[in-house]
Amino acid sequence: MSILIDRSSRVLVQGITGRDGSFHAKQMRDYGTRVVAGVTPGKGGTDLDGIPVFDSVEEAVQKTKADVSVIYVPASLAQDAIYEAADAEIPLVVCITEGIPARDMIEIAAYLSGRSTRLIGPNCPGLISPGQCKVGIMPGFIHAPGRIGLVSRSGTLTYEVVWQLTRAKMGQSTCIGIGGDPIIGTRFTDALALFEGDDKTDAVVLIGEIGGADEEEAAALIESTMTKPVVAFIAGQTAPPGKRMGHAGAIVSGGSGTAQEKIARFERAGVPVAKVPSDIPRLVKTALERGRPKLRVVAGGASRAAAAGKKAAPKKRVAPRPAATSAAKRGATKKRAGARPAAKRRAKPARSKSRH
Amino acid sequence: MNLHEFQGKELFRAAGIPVPPGEVARSADDAAAIADRLGYPVVVKAQVLIGGRGKAGGVKVVKNRDEVMREAGRILGMDIRGHVVRQVLITPATDIEKEFYAGIVLDRKFETPLLMVSPSGGVDIEEVARMAPEKILRVHLDGRGLPAYRARAAARFLDPRFAVQKQIVPILTKLAALYHDQDASLAEINPLVVSARGEVAALDAKVVIDDNALDRHAELAGMRDLGAEDPGEVEAREKGLSYVRLDGTIGCVVNGAGLAMATMDLIQYHGGKPANFLDIGGSSNPDKVTAAMNILTRDARVRAVLFNIFGGITRCDDVARGLLTALDRIGMKLPIVIRLTGTNEQEARDLLSARGMTALSDMDEAVRAVIARAAEAA
Repeated sequence: MSILIDRSSRVLVQGITGRDGSFHAKQMRDYGTRVVAGVTPGKGGTDLDGIPVFDSVEEAVQKTKADVSVIYVPASLAQDAIYEAADAEIPLVVCITEGIPARDMIEIAAYLSGRSTRLIGPNCPGLISPGQCKVGIMPGFIHAPGRIGLVSRSGTLTYEVVWQLTRAKMGQSTCIGIGGDPIIGTRFTDALALFEGDDKTDAVVLIGEIGGADEEEAAALIESTMTKPVVAFIAGQTAPPGKRMGHAGAIVSGGSGTAQEKIARFERAGVPVAKVPSDIPRLVKTALERGRPKLRVVAGGASRAAAAGKKAAPKKRVAPRPAATSAAKRGATKKRAGARPAAKRRAKPARSKSRH
Repeated sequence: MNLHEFQGKELFRAAGIPVPPGEVARSADDAAAIADRLGYPVVVKAQVLIGGRGKAGGVKVVKNRDEVMREAGRILGMDIRGHVVRQVLITPATDIEKEFYAGIVLDRKFETPLLMVSPSGGVDIEEVARMAPEKILRVHLDGRGLPAYRARAAARFLDPRFAVQKQIVPILTKLAALYHDQDASLAEINPLVVSARGEVAALDAKVVIDDNALDRHAELAGMRDLGAEDPGEVEAREKGLSYVRLDGTIGCVVNGAGLAMATMDLIQYHGGKPANFLDIGGSSNPDKVTAAMNILTRDARVRAVLFNIFGGITRCDDVARGLLTALDRIGMKLPIVIRLTGTNEQEARDLLSARGMTALSDMDEAVRAVIARAAEAA
């Protein structure tokens, strides 16, 4: 098995007639992904190499029962594309697009809160369950099916690590690139909770980088709720403060978000941190032999998700958010007609980025 | 994109935030003419895209024409932590009764802008956060922006006097609107002052615009001060590369930001010093590779260059061809170590060895090799 995507996933490509969209639609299909539809406004009724193209996501979903969408549209159109996918109630939306303004993502984050759609990205390579399904731009051949989960803020650095794992005979259950922007749909904590709940994943490799505090949150979650071993690597130890290192989110600001802080936090949580990428396979092997140290808070089964949700509890807010909490809103979300229950179950449990 | 103080103040003025008058001068004579017009005393403020200019002596209050000539002459051309001062802002000196802080940043965790205010103005807010966190009030800005009642709460936190609060409220509301409308990632007033006459005004402005949003703000994109940035970084941006200059001797050209950071780290781990961060993206375009090599060869401290390419969708042989074309164009003298792995690795290796170059496939090995080459060349 795997998380989020598998053999049965039905993939829709938004922006399928563009340069990147058409190239990667074919690459994904060649890998074995069921690419069932494409969307480009104005090109409805045509096809790309036999993949039917529709004018709208709504129509594509109606006709093809697509349950995953992958977005390759330019940055200026990406917000609308995400809205369109969310309004069609697609359970999983993967946005590859780089360069989306933060303000657009602030609006997206608020809109998706409490809805059933999970977003991965933007500015990410996508995700792959090796041997089953690839949704994104990563080279398929470097992966091998197996039992290691991988979650990363990076692209080529992820490939580097995957390639080393594969050569060390450590296949992967699912590899997720969550993206290098300051505001992203699925965070480390969400992905970790999914891997923790997946009985085909034995250990997780987490690849972080400078900027923000998602790694620190991940460490806290691992400390309190994870029973599976996690091995981490953090890029950017030599990055100067105040400078953006390629990714919009990779910046040390006001002295926080440094690699050193993140590494120290992981080590405090009992997570081995690789000094160099080539050390990761060895650390994974050792971690698998040893297992996780005993949890400080014993959380099993159902309470695990609750614990995952708690970690985001606001510390310093002067006033409560006016909107209903995501949990309350989630309860009110109407049932999606025609959605496959399996897809729904996969998409839901880990929206742990709650704000209550 | 960072804006200069005077540019930030222009935005403030346009948004209706009270800012003292002021003009920018590029020479001591101009500075004196402006000061004569404004009336003494005035403040001469270095306009550089880096903090800490006050401590570095880049801000001076002057009482007459002789002093303004002397101080403007001294500050213009001054080097503040690698940033040469080319312009000074001349603005009337204010009798300050109280200094506050007001700033808006993006809170990544809560995915909203965050307004922070503090009655301890005029110092670094990070410093206040460390020493006296209770002196900072945080207000998250949701889809509504900053409602007046929350602006009033922030104003009460800053000053007990209603006459002052009444002036602070619209400033905070306008700052929040500006942050949103201009796609800022930082909008900071430090200090926000109450003058001896009881008037509230922004004495400084620090505004950073989200680079990803510049396409929809042509007027802001035009404010970019190319002269104040590292020439290599300017050229890289024009060519679609991402480059940051560092202090070391080993140049690196990498595809992908994460791998580029990991490469720099690995150079340091094995005892070398990276000269830069450079992400050429997923492209094998010889023009990009040429631009990258040009930027690195202009940096006199670079002793050797490491190419680190993970071929995924981008094929290694394409990158090798781009590299060979680029080398033919610029006649590179520096030693080069190439590391290629992934798609069409063997074809790439063959192409390079036909030209007498070798490519390694292991990243650690390549880093050790380039450190050795740099040491030989030093």
